[in-house]
Amino acid sequence: MPLLEIKDITYRVKEKEIFSGLSLAVESGRVHAILGKNGTGKSTLAYLVMGCESYIPTSGEILFEGKVINELKVHERAKLGIALAWQEPVRFEGISVRDYLTLKSKEIDPSIYLEMVGLYPELYLDRMLDKSLSGGERKRIELASIVALEPKLAVLDEPDSGIDMLSIQDIMNVIDALKKNGTSVLLISHREEIAKVADKASLICNGKIMCSGNPKNVAQYYKSRKCEVCIGEECVYV
Amino acid sequence: MSELEDVMKTFGEFGADKGILVNRDIAHLVASGHRILSMRAVEGLEVRAEETVTGIAASVRVLEGIIIKNPVHLCFGILHKKGIQEIKMNVQLERGAFASFIAHCIFPRAEKVRHIMDAVVEIGESAEMRYSEVHYHGLYGGIEVIPKADVKVGKNGRYLTDFSLLSGRVGKLGIDYTVWVGENAVAELTARVFGHGNDSIKIKEKVVLEGNNSRGLIKTRIAIEDNATAEVTGITEGNAGGARGHVDCLEIVKDSAVARAIPIVKVSHPLAKVTHEAAIGSVDKRQLETLMAHGLTPEEAVDVIVRGVLK
Ligand SMILES: Nc1ncnc2c1ncn2[C@@H]1O[C@H](COP(=O)(O)OP(=O)(O)OP(=O)(O)O)[C@@H](O)[C@H]1O
Ligand SMILES: [Mg+2]
Repeated sequence: MPLLEIKDITYRVKEKEIFSGLSLAVESGRVHAILGKNGTGKSTLAYLVMGCESYIPTSGEILFEGKVINELKVHERAKLGIALAWQEPVRFEGISVRDYLTLKSKEIDPSIYLEMVGLYPELYLDRMLDKSLSGGERKRIELASIVALEPKLAVLDEPDSGIDMLSIQDIMNVIDALKKNGTSVLLISHREEIAKVADKASLICNGKIMCSGNPKNVAQYYKSRKCEVCIGEECVYV
Repeated sequence: MSELEDVMKTFGEFGADKGILVNRDIAHLVASGHRILSMRAVEGLEVRAEETVTGIAASVRVLEGIIIKNPVHLCFGILHKKGIQEIKMNVQLERGAFASFIAHCIFPRAEKVRHIMDAVVEIGESAEMRYSEVHYHGLYGGIEVIPKADVKVGKNGRYLTDFSLLSGRVGKLGIDYTVWVGENAVAELTARVFGHGNDSIKIKEKVVLEGNNSRGLIKTRIAIEDNATAEVTGITEGNAGGARGHVDCLEIVKDSAVARAIPIVKVSHPLAKVTHEAAIGSVDKRQLETLMAHGLTPEEAVDVIVRGVLK
């Protein structure tokens, strides 16, 4: 049984149908990469899995450990072991990095997780999670907080966006750490070298999974620029 | 138990340090109702205070060039259920002086209490004054707090204040501050209030940037729940070259509470600039969901966000 199974979901916002019969499965302990052009619905998929407000499939089912979770709220899904690192994490006034990393458990040592994402704990633990952090710093802290949660499934929405080129290794470290903990990862990324660490990759196009399989092959297909010339009709290249 | 002991015991219950009264290096003034219970000056800082029919009148002066190391503690309060306390304060910091004040305002049993503060503050050239006023109120809400201040900040001077009313019911609050900021001088005003029940919060703060290169910041953080109301008026005038002002108001609203923010910015010099931002609404959805995705219940998440904003 897959850890996460998305069965034939449709989802629309206003007039726009973002998913029309999308199916996807993430196996336990595996890293599953999602590729797709801007605006294909990758973040939307992340919100549907996390259960954010108003992100309920119009039809179809989302199953976690075999149970339908369509109706569950964000915190209920979090309790089941689902976590989400947002593409653009929000800022908070008056909440320190230390507070944030120890939200759920005061016992953990937040320093370990900061080091993992390449931030010196002594410089960051007492910083506020507000506008004073740079985009990349905020992003790293979000990733650190996800590792600290030890979830069963981590949805990482473009963990590498806003991270400088020289620090891609830090992102790899995060994925490694999650893997070591037995966490499954739904990894949304545009970057080939990141997608390559995945066990499997899927390409989203036109509201569906267009193709799935070995990350190298899927990335190759994606790169062949066929998606770039797509006019939104049924894909003729598969 | 003497009244002073009673007052200090109550302070202690609210987390204030009772040791300040015995420490000879710390200046203080303690007044309960219309009575002055204790006061001490330190070198370079003069305190004069007298009892009046409705409260007390005090004047504090920090002499030229004097740096007061320890914060000066002002303890005001009414321990009874009913009463009025009118405080007239005159504070003067001479040229180059520095002093930091902490005012503890304690009204634990107020059912029908009025606390009026009327302050005139003068900060001399290159002097700096920090003033933090912390209110501890009881759970009855029968209190009216009316702080008024008129503050002049001289050339290169600094004035930093922080008003907080986060413990107990607000009752009826009507802040009215005006600060005149001179050349190269800085004024930063922060107010943090948490309203419940039918509390009514009215805050009017005005910063007039009259000197070249003066700086002003009005920052207000309000959370209100139940049927509480809040109206925040932040006024900044930029009347001189290089003057920079900002008004920043954030109000979080829960239940049937109603909030208003009225930022008024006026610029009368082409080289002055004043900006404002105001955000009123329920707790930010993305913040809420982020915390919930970290395993907090919606209630816990709201609590963490509100406490953060008021911190
Ligand atoms: N509230 C909304 N109203 C209208 N359209 C929306 C709304 N939310 C999302 N969309 C649209 O849905 C589509 C999918 O958005 P989504 O953010 O999921 O894309 P994405 O694949 O994550 O893109 P990117 O690579 O840029 O992050 C986009 O075309 C977007 O404009
Ligand atoms: Mg996205």
